[in-house]
Amino acid sequence: MLSDISASDVHSLHKRVKDAFQAFDYEMNNTVDVREITTIIYSLGCFPSQKDIHEFIAELEEDHTGSVHLDKFLPVMTNVLMEHKFPSIPEDVLIQAFEVLDKDSKGYLDSEEMVELMTKEGESFTQDEMTEMLMALADHERRIYYKDIICQLTFDQEI
Amino acid sequence: MGCGTSVGTETQGQKVKTGVTGQQKTDDESVVKTTNPALSDVGVTAMKAAVLIQQWYRRYMARLEMRRRYTWNIFQSIEYAGEQDQLQLSSFFTFMLDNFTQLNGNGPDLISQLLDPVVDPWLDRESSYSQILVPDSYTGPRLSFPLSVSDTNALLCAFKEQQTLHAKYLLQLLYETKKLLKQMPNIIQLSTSYIKDITICGDLHGRLDDLLLIFYKNGLPSADTPYVFNGDFVDRGKKSVEVIILLFAFLLLYPDHVHLNRGNHEDHIMNLRYGFTKEVMQKYKTHGHEILPLFQDIFSLLPVATVIDGKILIVHGGISDETDLDFLSSIERHKLKSALRFPRCSFEQLDISQSYRKTKRLKSGNSSHSSSNSSRNQSKNQKRSNQRNTQRGLRRQESNSSASSSSSSSSSSSSSLCSPRTPSCLSPHPCHPSPSLPNTVNIQHMPFLDSLLSARQPSPSQRREREWKQIVDILWSDPKTQEGCSPNTFRGGGCYFGPDITQKLLLQHGLQLLIRSHECKQEGYELCHGGQVITLFSASNYYEEGSNRGAYIKLGRELVPRFYQYQVSRTTRKLTLTQRVRAAESSAFRALKEKLFSHRSELMSGFQQFDQNNTGVVSVSDWAEVLESVLRLDLPWRTLRPHLCRLAADGSVEYNSCFEDMGTGVSLPQVTPNLAETLFRFRTDIEIIFNIIDKDHSGLISNEEFRQTWRLFSAHLGVDIDDRAIDDLARSIDFNKDGSIDFTEFLEAFRVVHKLDSKDPHLSGK
Repeated sequence: MLSDISASDVHSLHKRVKDAFQAFDYEMNNTVDVREITTIIYSLGCFPSQKDIHEFIAELEEDHTGSVHLDKFLPVMTNVLMEHKFPSIPEDVLIQAFEVLDKDSKGYLDSEEMVELMTKEGESFTQDEMTEMLMALADHERRIYYKDIICQLTFDQEI
Repeated sequence: MGCGTSVGTETQGQKVKTGVTGQQKTDDESVVKTTNPALSDVGVTAMKAAVLIQQWYRRYMARLEMRRRYTWNIFQSIEYAGEQDQLQLSSFFTFMLDNFTQLNGNGPDLISQLLDPVVDPWLDRESSYSQILVPDSYTGPRLSFPLSVSDTNALLCAFKEQQTLHAKYLLQLLYETKKLLKQMPNIIQLSTSYIKDITICGDLHGRLDDLLLIFYKNGLPSADTPYVFNGDFVDRGKKSVEVIILLFAFLLLYPDHVHLNRGNHEDHIMNLRYGFTKEVMQKYKTHGHEILPLFQDIFSLLPVATVIDGKILIVHGGISDETDLDFLSSIERHKLKSALRFPRCSFEQLDISQSYRKTKRLKSGNSSHSSSNSSRNQSKNQKRSNQRNTQRGLRRQESNSSASSSSSSSSSSSSSLCSPRTPSCLSPHPCHPSPSLPNTVNIQHMPFLDSLLSARQPSPSQRREREWKQIVDILWSDPKTQEGCSPNTFRGGGCYFGPDITQKLLLQHGLQLLIRSHECKQEGYELCHGGQVITLFSASNYYEEGSNRGAYIKLGRELVPRFYQYQVSRTTRKLTLTQRVRAAESSAFRALKEKLFSHRSELMSGFQQFDQNNTGVVSVSDWAEVLESVLRLDLPWRTLRPHLCRLAADGSVEYNSCFEDMGTGVSLPQVTPNLAETLFRFRTDIEIIFNIIDKDHSGLISNEEFRQTWRLFSAHLGVDIDDRAIDDLARSIDFNKDGSIDFTEFLEAFRVVHKLDSKDPHLSGK
């Protein structure tokens, strides 16, 4: 796969990674706060787990400074993109995931169920994440009709 | 996208997939699920499902956050680019002053009257407010001086009800405020010993809702609730008049407990461009001409800094390596009416200029210059000036003689500009020269020599410059991470100051903290320089609904700042992050597209250079390069591309699609693209100039004035526009009879229209 990639592709990838990185480079010195790394990686279309991210960060962080430098990030991230690591989740898989949680096959999940699941299971949501998700996804009866929301929230454009 | 959607190639996904499909098989299994929730594989599957959903959701939110960041960058870039245009405008005013003594043949110079009033702000103006009769039908507040709490309450109620204060009371309020401010020093010293917490607010920019929200959350100003407002009360927002009235009213009511610092927008030239002047004229059609000069005076009389307990310095912009608080205290601050016009330039300031335009003398200018006395100095210095790559404005004598020949014989670029006669524009201009359109006429610049400056000892003019710089630095500077102090090229005035500069100043004066405003921050505030500098911004939703929070600070005796954030919401229903981002994004991209549209011909010629065979496409890299070089906005073009134009099947950019969904307000018959673009781009500036010329605010100016203004403007820009083209244009748009032009109508034609407006998915559902 690597041999298929031309120099100009690599250049393009570099540019994309740089752009995403620089969006958070507030001080314009090619470093970002390590807490923004997750956002940057996600925005480039990759879908790592929390564990993946922790490994990433461990590799990239500059010795407890809390920041990551572009010089380290660029090659690692470009590699990730070229090798298509951490691909995104297809819609149908997502729906099935919801269906697993929807034990009674109601076609929706109640907000309470959602809160229970998202904050207790897996890579738990924080309070803020939970609140925002409910606000965005639950209807007036506090139900989340998952098939509907997936279409709404799946990303349209490249960005 | 870098990552493909794979089915089963990634172990993790595969595992879940299997697990999930496994569950879907039979009803029996689902029964098993519900009756035996403790089954380990069920638990594992549910967990995996949860993880999947969490990951997906987090990724969605991260992308949203990225979009928010990009949107923010767009707004900021355009805002700062707009400020650079501001320099152009002010240098144009100076140019006009220098070159056109009489615009309409008889009577005094209109421009100089408005832009450079002879009246010293310190002097009292004629007061006519006592003669103004307030009709019985007026239901607004009727203030009585000295003000009492009932007056301020009446104002608060009235403004909540969208009422306007009658001109009579406004004038009186302004006269009283001016009287009070004259007694104040440049730097206000406050103490926390006898008062409780002090509340400090940043930029308000005419946002009445934010001010009212602060009052609601924090309490109205009083002896128990003292306030410091750190500048930029007006411009941009639609309720600047109401905001400033409230601030002045509370200032008069509690002069010891309410303190106002001057901001860079408390400046009549900024007001011309950024909306305050317009707002005043709209709300006070009859008395606006008396009200505006009063505001001018008052703004120049506002103190420039506040110090709390000798430990905390509060200024609007920032500092520079030359900031000297003692010297600052000694200045006659009212002499600096506008930061954009100053006494003289020194050569040191000129050195800062990084851009220049090659010019060549026009014959007419040449002969007249050699005849005058000062031209000897001029030519000697011309070489030096050219070496330094700077431009200067003309001496008055030159301008007089050249004015007779043609208006285009002398000009100033958007770079630095100085005039010996009058306070002129800001010191050297930032990075890029004014847009170079095709058919540019190159115009000579005359270097300015002040022989006094070559002398070593400080002369009166040098002192004036120093004073000017002190104040401009305070009002316009921004903190940066890099050490040192450099000219603020973004804004064209003030400095970028590093942590070492902050450290030095704080040490020098025994201070421990600098609180400033001037920059919009997403959270309403931001710390930098190791916590020694706080930026405080109090206008929420500054760029767009949901773009940022506002904040204020409370300081008690222990002098530890406590931050309070808020956000005004126009809708009663709380918007989700998604909706806010979408709204802001939509707005940002509209603004960006307008920029593209108004630089169309330059962009097209740039694209065509990469597309010699006229295929209509260029590579994404080339596309980005053209945009970068023409628009000079530091934005991630590749990432933004999907919002701006289409790709062909092979992944290259169809560059014509950049301009597809934009159009003009009115179809313009036979106008050269050049002219149209200029008009689009400088629409705001032209509007301001028309407003100035239109002294009686009738919306009409004469044909001759119109032509002269246009000639001036095009000469200043170095754009070669045929007089006839202008005349044709004026004629083709249906104007009023008897030789006057309704410029509002004229400008309407040059409003950029977004063709897809009706299809905008603005704030759609969830």
